[in-house]
Amino acid sequence: MPDLTLDELARILRDCAGEGESAGRDGEFADLPFTDLGYDSVAILETAARLKQEYGVVLTDDEVMEIGTPGRLLELARRQIAGAS
Amino acid sequence: MNAAVVTGIGVVAPNGMNTEEYWNATLTARSGIGRITRFAPDGYRATLAGEIRGFDPAAHLPGRLVPQTDHSTRLSLVAADEAVRDAGLDIGELPEYGVGVVTANSAGGFEFGHQELDNLWRKGPEYVSAYQSFAWFYAVNTGQISIRHGLRGPGGVLVSDEAGGLDALAQARRLLRRGLSAVVTGAVDGSLCPWGWIAQTATGQLSAAEDPRLAYRPFDEEAAGFVPGEGGAMLVLEDEAAARKRGAPGVRGRILGHAATFGPKPGTVPPDDATALRRAIELALADAGADARDIDAVFADAAGVPDLDRAEATALTAVFGGRELPVCVPKTLTGRLCAGAGPLDVATALLALRDGVLPPAVHTRPSPRYGLSVVVGRPRELRMRAVLVVARGLGGFNSAMVVGGSH
Repeated sequence: MPDLTLDELARILRDCAGEGESAGRDGEFADLPFTDLGYDSVAILETAARLKQEYGVVLTDDEVMEIGTPGRLLELARRQIAGAS
Repeated sequence: MNAAVVTGIGVVAPNGMNTEEYWNATLTARSGIGRITRFAPDGYRATLAGEIRGFDPAAHLPGRLVPQTDHSTRLSLVAADEAVRDAGLDIGELPEYGVGVVTANSAGGFEFGHQELDNLWRKGPEYVSAYQSFAWFYAVNTGQISIRHGLRGPGGVLVSDEAGGLDALAQARRLLRRGLSAVVTGAVDGSLCPWGWIAQTATGQLSAAEDPRLAYRPFDEEAAGFVPGEGGAMLVLEDEAAARKRGAPGVRGRILGHAATFGPKPGTVPPDDATALRRAIELALADAGADARDIDAVFADAAGVPDLDRAEATALTAVFGGRELPVCVPKTLTGRLCAGAGPLDVATALLALRDGVLPPAVHTRPSPRYGLSVVVGRPRELRMRAVLVVARGLGGFNSAMVVGGSH
């Protein structure tokens, strides 16, 4: 299973839910709330489904709703990926 | 009571992707009907449709909206954008809950749903898009238009098949009477995907012809069904006083009257029974405070199915009997657009009133036995004050609307 990078997560978000309202994918992107980036709860659910398909990451609906930012999502996902390998 | 005035028009049609492009195509009889290209139509009974081709959603809509919308929702957003722009509507200057959205739909986001069924079948439940939760839904166009433009007034959707588009405009007019400033209203419809196509072909009313010139010939002795299409129109409907108060750039016309009736249970009357449709037309005239002599032209439902053509001709001649009343069928160039048909006919009627010209029908040689003066071949110049638009839906829905020009 390949490591998940922030760029890769940004790509998945774009694939699932379209280009966000903030184009920047630098450090700032990681810490901006999904809502500020233009991604609503359905967009995050869709992204979580893709993370499961591609990386085997399993997040509960409650976890998904509380994640808040791309950086937090990346952290949770990478912890699971590391734990599995 | 103030009149409901149309201050903005947005059109997406197989023969034109904005109002003036469509109107120009309509007057020059440029057809948008051809063999279906969006999926392989081989093996289906009908193979022709009025498709909107070459539409690039990313060129018209924010990237965020593309993965969560059906083709027909994207088209309805494009039409609503044009209508709001045309009306010069500045939402921020209107009361927060004073602008609503009412659309009509016959099938919802069928193509989106088809793709997700395909994902479910081929890949499994985890691959079904979370956006399926709303992208398929009848009310989705209302919701997306409301979100995109920040319209927080009442929202709704009418589902009465091809009659629904006129019923939506009528509902918008009711909301204005209750005190709303403006309503974005109309319908853009069509589900030209395999899943939608089996639903449409199941009615038995689609033309099986493969030659577009022979396919959709309403009121012709050879009529044998219609060609469906996709598209429609969105309008901005405003209370006349509110429109003046905000300094709306122009009034495109007026909704003067409307009525809807429901036909008797199928099988209890002959299939060409005209009673309920006639009553819708008479009630719409009464609602407009108009006499049959006040109507200068009719935009017909024009089913292209002999029994239904006969019913419409019977209703029209009963109400307008003895007059040379011009009957227009611009939908011979687009196909019948489900709920989108009525609003597109209303938009077309407003353009006809504005320019004093009636668009021609193509491919049909109207039979004298119907007693209708169908405008064919080339446009007919005529100064008009009011026009009747008729729409019928499957299962007995009838709707009639009287529209007037800007003066």
